[in-house]
Amino acid sequence: MAKTTKHPTPNSQHPTSSYLEMDMLRFTTAGSVDDGKSTLIGRLLFDSKSIFEDQYKAVKATSKKRGDAYLNLALFTDGLRAEREQGITIDVAYRYFATPKRKFIIADTPGHVQYTRNMVTGASTANAAIILIDARKGLVEQSKRHSYIASLLRIPHIIVCVNKMDLVDYKEDAFKKIKKEYEELALKMNIPNVHFIPISALEGDNVVASSKSMKWYKGRTVLNLLETLTIPTAEITDNARFPVQYVIRPMSNEYHDYRSYAGRITGGVFKPGDAVTILPKGLSSKIKSIDFAGNSLPEAYSPMSVSFTLDDDIDISRGDMIVKSDNKPVVTQDVELMVCWMSDKKLQANRNYTLKHTTNEVRCLVKEVNYKVNINTFDKMEDEKIVGLNEIACITIRTAMPLITDKYAKNRITGSVILIDENSNATVGAGMII
Amino acid sequence: MNEHHLTHLKELESESIFVLREVAAQFEKPALLFSGGKDSIVCFHLARKAFAPAKIPFPLLHIDTGHNFEETIIYRDDLVSKYGAQLIVASVQDSIDTGRVTEEKGFYASRNVLQTVTLLDTIENYKFDALIGGARRDEEKARAKERFFSHRDEFGQWDPKNQRPELWNLFNGRKNIGEHFRVFPISNWTEMDVWQYILQEQIEIPSLYFTHERECFIRDEVIYAHANVIPLKPTEKVEKMQVRFRTIGDISCTGAVLSIASTLQEIVNEVAATRTTERGSRIDDKRSDAAMEDRKRLGYF
Repeated sequence: MAKTTKHPTPNSQHPTSSYLEMDMLRFTTAGSVDDGKSTLIGRLLFDSKSIFEDQYKAVKATSKKRGDAYLNLALFTDGLRAEREQGITIDVAYRYFATPKRKFIIADTPGHVQYTRNMVTGASTANAAIILIDARKGLVEQSKRHSYIASLLRIPHIIVCVNKMDLVDYKEDAFKKIKKEYEELALKMNIPNVHFIPISALEGDNVVASSKSMKWYKGRTVLNLLETLTIPTAEITDNARFPVQYVIRPMSNEYHDYRSYAGRITGGVFKPGDAVTILPKGLSSKIKSIDFAGNSLPEAYSPMSVSFTLDDDIDISRGDMIVKSDNKPVVTQDVELMVCWMSDKKLQANRNYTLKHTTNEVRCLVKEVNYKVNINTFDKMEDEKIVGLNEIACITIRTAMPLITDKYAKNRITGSVILIDENSNATVGAGMII
Repeated sequence: MNEHHLTHLKELESESIFVLREVAAQFEKPALLFSGGKDSIVCFHLARKAFAPAKIPFPLLHIDTGHNFEETIIYRDDLVSKYGAQLIVASVQDSIDTGRVTEEKGFYASRNVLQTVTLLDTIENYKFDALIGGARRDEEKARAKERFFSHRDEFGQWDPKNQRPELWNLFNGRKNIGEHFRVFPISNWTEMDVWQYILQEQIEIPSLYFTHERECFIRDEVIYAHANVIPLKPTEKVEKMQVRFRTIGDISCTGAVLSIASTLQEIVNEVAATRTTERGSRIDDKRSDAAMEDRKRLGYF
């Protein structure tokens, strides 16, 4: 970096027309402390000309003040006073940049073990995860933990960046060794799309521009891969799901009898005339219209926010779910979850929590901790019944009211829950229905 | 593009509307913070869409520093009467008159910090439990850490090191009595997204955003509007300039930019080519490197 600190001219980027046609990719970054996550993001922003002049000047001044030997790219992302003081990332920071092809939302997440819950947060909405591995150290416990979380959260694409290649003289062997080791790991974890890239975030190799020092690598650069990854088309499946969020009743003369059910489609396509079932009661009706902002739409699909009117006058409220009658989710009070625990107060059987699932909020009781997962070996530890901070376990719960569920593997929205501590109101667990 | 695939602006709109509806469903007494700036205007527009054909089920709340651009107030009042929105105005002047806060003195005096007290007093008086704001994560490094649903303790304070994890689209708005939430529906939008959306939706915005001739002066490389509330130093000289504003805040802490952009399309082109961030012209952020974080901890917007 020291050699090339000339500030590039920021993008006079996107002509309006193409900008209006762009799509959006959400990705997260993970890796152990000092693997260079913030540096990689700084590099992506810097080389894609997304850093503004005043930001650049501020970071340059701070780098100098701190006595850094080179422009400290990590300063572009660390936001909190404590983060800058300690030189680490504590909380998820969101960053935005766009190329002429795509808009990106980055969830930059912390590497320290005690902040693993924030990695889960960033991963829950991501379509891709970049996992950084230090070329000198190879796979460490955190890389395994983060890979496991990425697979558990069903992030569609994993990009393994073997970083700091400059410190192993850009040798192909170092890259190949880690790649092989990771591929063996991926087999055990059900990770479908893994991509491998040797990089140096510090020097810029294979981040935006192809590396001149690693001619042996013929694949894509990080940015090029991010620009071309397929985004799962909003989970277009036959699992059409519409959790009711809010009932719209104008109470005006103009719309005297108008009543529509507002929500965000979380799977599939709906059209007026579709036969639907309203759960949990199981009543049947037909979609009369799909309304949005005063207009009626010919169809709506995930993840659109719209509202439905129905042919029949049925009592429907928040927490109910409208689904197509030919493909129904499971209505149940007994649920098995994989859970990431996020609190110092331990999870164990016979504890009560408030559970949030889609637009529903119910009380639940933990019936049993079935097993904990050893995230190094992925073994099930069936004798372990108490789950601590940052641990992952399989549990069985019973809810006070029925939930309308899909398996998380089928739908990331209708298959996910959070657990809330009833005293502190803190979010203490992230659960995936299995 | 795939036929069942949203453009990024549509996806952002859908996400924001989901958040706004969550507020209406989860809270008893929300309000939408409205400054007359483009971000709060976009939030208002999104709220109209979210609840159509019903009216927006919460009032607008304007924290009035008394140091406004006249054009902002005209715009605000027109908007309220056009759409029949409810408006609550809380005045920093009242907080000064009742001794809740003390006016700053000197050339850099601003009411920017004072309005936090007015805001928190208003929340207390009206018992608001959620305040919707137009802050975006791309604006500023402390705001980059914000949640959509951001918890505030009984003193209105933000604890950035101990935030609730926010997973999937499950927003935890549970709280104890006296606490409240700040909610940021356009968290994921960038300045460019906001302008593109205003262009796409043809949303009316205050005339301040377009080029106009104005009496200005320059201080610390920032172009200020000449106004009674900003005392001039002896060396500072007022001259007519062709300017527009990229952000609108208090007249005493909002810098102008030289510009001839007179249409939305021209503004978009200008934003695309610009080399500085929009908050670069905000004097309120320049007090220190962590100015925003420090103010936010105390309950600022």
